[in-house]
Amino acid sequence: MTRSKRFEKREERAVNRDTFVQEEPSLGLTVMDSPDDPKPSIRLESGRVVEIDDRVEAEFDVIDRYIARYAINTKTAEEAMAMDSLALARALVDINTPRARLVQLLSGCTPAKLCSIVSHLNVVEMMMALQKMRARRRPGNQAHVTNWRENPALMAADAAEGALRGFDELETTCRVARMAPFNALAILIGSQTPRGGVLTQCAVEEALNLRLGLKGLTSYAETLSVYGTDESMRDGDDTPWSKGFLASAYASRGIKIRFTSGTGSETLMGYEAGRSMLYLEARCLMLAKGAGAQGVQNGSISCVALPSALPGGVRAVLAENLIAAALGLEVASGNDAMSSHSDMRKAAKLMLQFLPGTDFITSGYSSMPRKDNMFGGGNFDADDLDDWMIIQRDMRVDAGIEPVREAEVVEARRKAARAIQAVFGALGFPEIHDDEIEAATYCYASDDMPERDLVKDLAAADAFLDGPLTALDVARALDQAGFTDIAENILGMQRVRVAGEYLQPAAILTKGFATESAFTDGNDYLGPGTGFRLEGEEWRKIAAIPQARSAEEMVPISSGKAGITLREKGPAAIGKSPEVVVAVGPAFASGLDTTLCGLSHGEVLREIIAGIEAQGIKARIVKVFATADCGMIGHEGARLSGSGIAIGLQSKGTAVIQRKGLAPLNNLELFAQAPLLSREAYRQIGSNAASHALRRPPAPVPVKVDNMARLRLIVHALLMHKREVSHVVRERPASDMEIVHDA
Amino acid sequence: MTRERKTPEEIDPRRSVSRADPATLTLEHLRAGKIMPDDVTISRETLLAQAERADAEGYPQLARNFRRAAELTAIPNDILLQTYEKLRPYRSTYYELLAMSQEISARYDAPETGEYIRQAAEAYQAKGLLAKERDDESVTQPME
Repeated sequence: MTRSKRFEKREERAVNRDTFVQEEPSLGLTVMDSPDDPKPSIRLESGRVVEIDDRVEAEFDVIDRYIARYAINTKTAEEAMAMDSLALARALVDINTPRARLVQLLSGCTPAKLCSIVSHLNVVEMMMALQKMRARRRPGNQAHVTNWRENPALMAADAAEGALRGFDELETTCRVARMAPFNALAILIGSQTPRGGVLTQCAVEEALNLRLGLKGLTSYAETLSVYGTDESMRDGDDTPWSKGFLASAYASRGIKIRFTSGTGSETLMGYEAGRSMLYLEARCLMLAKGAGAQGVQNGSISCVALPSALPGGVRAVLAENLIAAALGLEVASGNDAMSSHSDMRKAAKLMLQFLPGTDFITSGYSSMPRKDNMFGGGNFDADDLDDWMIIQRDMRVDAGIEPVREAEVVEARRKAARAIQAVFGALGFPEIHDDEIEAATYCYASDDMPERDLVKDLAAADAFLDGPLTALDVARALDQAGFTDIAENILGMQRVRVAGEYLQPAAILTKGFATESAFTDGNDYLGPGTGFRLEGEEWRKIAAIPQARSAEEMVPISSGKAGITLREKGPAAIGKSPEVVVAVGPAFASGLDTTLCGLSHGEVLREIIAGIEAQGIKARIVKVFATADCGMIGHEGARLSGSGIAIGLQSKGTAVIQRKGLAPLNNLELFAQAPLLSREAYRQIGSNAASHALRRPPAPVPVKVDNMARLRLIVHALLMHKREVSHVVRERPASDMEIVHDA
Repeated sequence: MTRERKTPEEIDPRRSVSRADPATLTLEHLRAGKIMPDDVTISRETLLAQAERADAEGYPQLARNFRRAAELTAIPNDILLQTYEKLRPYRSTYYELLAMSQEISARYDAPETGEYIRQAAEAYQAKGLLAKERDDESVTQPME
């Protein structure tokens, strides 16, 4: 078969490096509504759940048993299960049904019922529902902070930048597990450098995780993974009871936790038993709820490429976020693991959480370049930050990251690196050298960092973990080294742990260490005019991206750089001899200096005149004051021209060749794309105008094709045109102009 | 489930350290050496207060978790981690779990945690998540 070149070209597109597979429920390859999913059912006997989703108590597996015992709200179960799923789906979208009422109702539902409810919703309805069901009023975000070299100065600097950018939580992990105490220390110091109150965690094995928390180095954990079948739970070496115990254990040490689950994990482990991914995820979420978790990290997480390979997979991932939120759980909504090779596809998927807002839009935005991401994540990384900022500004949406200025980032990075240098010095850890501070402040990735002695670092990290030092000693060392504000913030983190408020659902801390949670600042969305609205100072902050310049900066007031001075000679009369009139706009070489493509007015005018004169005919310069419109300028020029031919030239560079007698909006040749006109083009325009006057055939004017020019320069064009318009004097007749030659 | 409130001493007899008021956790006190690691741990009463808050907000499961956590404040770190380890699949026999349930319940005044572990024992027995009986144990375990 002869290949279509268009098909061949498309095959090279990034999206075609993604994998797509057809549904095959018997292999677990189905995201929702598998033929083997059970039908929703429930039966209570004297307040006890004795049947869930077509299984009676004797047939309960471990997870059913846990859900029946702890998760299902028996007060609302019979009412909710008797309701039509479609009616409940509509209630989820309905702005008149408050979140609290739905949480009560849906926590009485079984996993199959939850799936049947959300399967009635399309993605827009799911987004509307998620906007209402999110736990916290204000959306937030979480960042990953890791680096391949595990350089503590770089990690502290990255954490500081993350905190400055407004991430509410920072998560690190290790390439070498024994580095955990130093990595936890580095992000603690960094996170508290530009502001206080950022929660931090170090994702490592549970016992170590807990020990880091006990030292006051971390404040939350999300390592508590759960799965939707008994077999996959067992492969994870846990039971619902052991995970539930762990949740209480963390809380008993004042550490916030969330569970982790996501569509596709059971299928990947080989134990989905023919069930759909969403049904198994609904079981995970009920398990998490039953264990008393305040929230979950979900949205397929590291498995996201699997549901994404299937039809409706991205919708199913949104559906699981929605179920979690509808159960009253905090949701850190994925978007962390690589979900596509295609930027367009990644961004489209992101919008499902970005627009409605979740408690944490990503469960790990890679704040450094993805090759330093030790989670294997980096779906969105340091390179994508400006895109994120600009999409927030486009949509007037707060997706949890704030615009920052380069200078403040550099300052925060340096300060954090210096702070950890001081702490390492004071606590007797291997020295952090000044060249590491410099590199950590300015580097792109950890490749740019000087090498450290890993063996020494690991030995010191071991000793730190086993020894008596805690976050209090870190605060003391910072205070003594003059980093009083960071010391104060680290102490603040200890203070909030004693108070325990950040254990509440969806809790984050403000800069002043106040808790914002589902209890203190719950989502009260009930349609337009309610809930979180991006307004006032917060909106101004999101809008103020550094790329946005003032109109004044973009088009400065004329400052004599026109490269030419024109002097008025008096009102222009109709010419008698062969000539081409060059009619310029009212701001030409006065209010404005250069055209859109950056040529000075002097250069343009000299090229045009040279083009005219090369044909052996005179040029006369006339300034039109009565209009800023290119066609009308040309029209007036042609009226005055002895040959009847004129070039109309706007100050931004747009040009037209006009003949007397043509209607104002008609013309001989129009050069509307001012940004694409070069000096050669203006010379040719002059030459062509002369040819028209001499009745010779004109030659084509060289014009580049650049479909991006309008996109790039539309604001400049508008501002220049505005300036031209402001110089219009309606009743003032055109004036002859002469070029003033410098003395 | 309402339980009688106890005084801090009744609740947690081993904690003789008077925990600092969060308001006293200041840099001045830190400089003066007046803040000890124990001062920055969460207390049983605080967790019970959070449990009450969770109940009032309509989060009964979270409240139960906080009540278990309140009980676990009394349990030393190593025992805490050991208990978790023993609750993982195939780690404990039915009677080991029951014994652990009773010990935690009695020794640390942790009835809710004790009950939770007892329910785990029942579930593990019913669903085959127990360790094989040790040789030195005479009791035979009901087969599934």
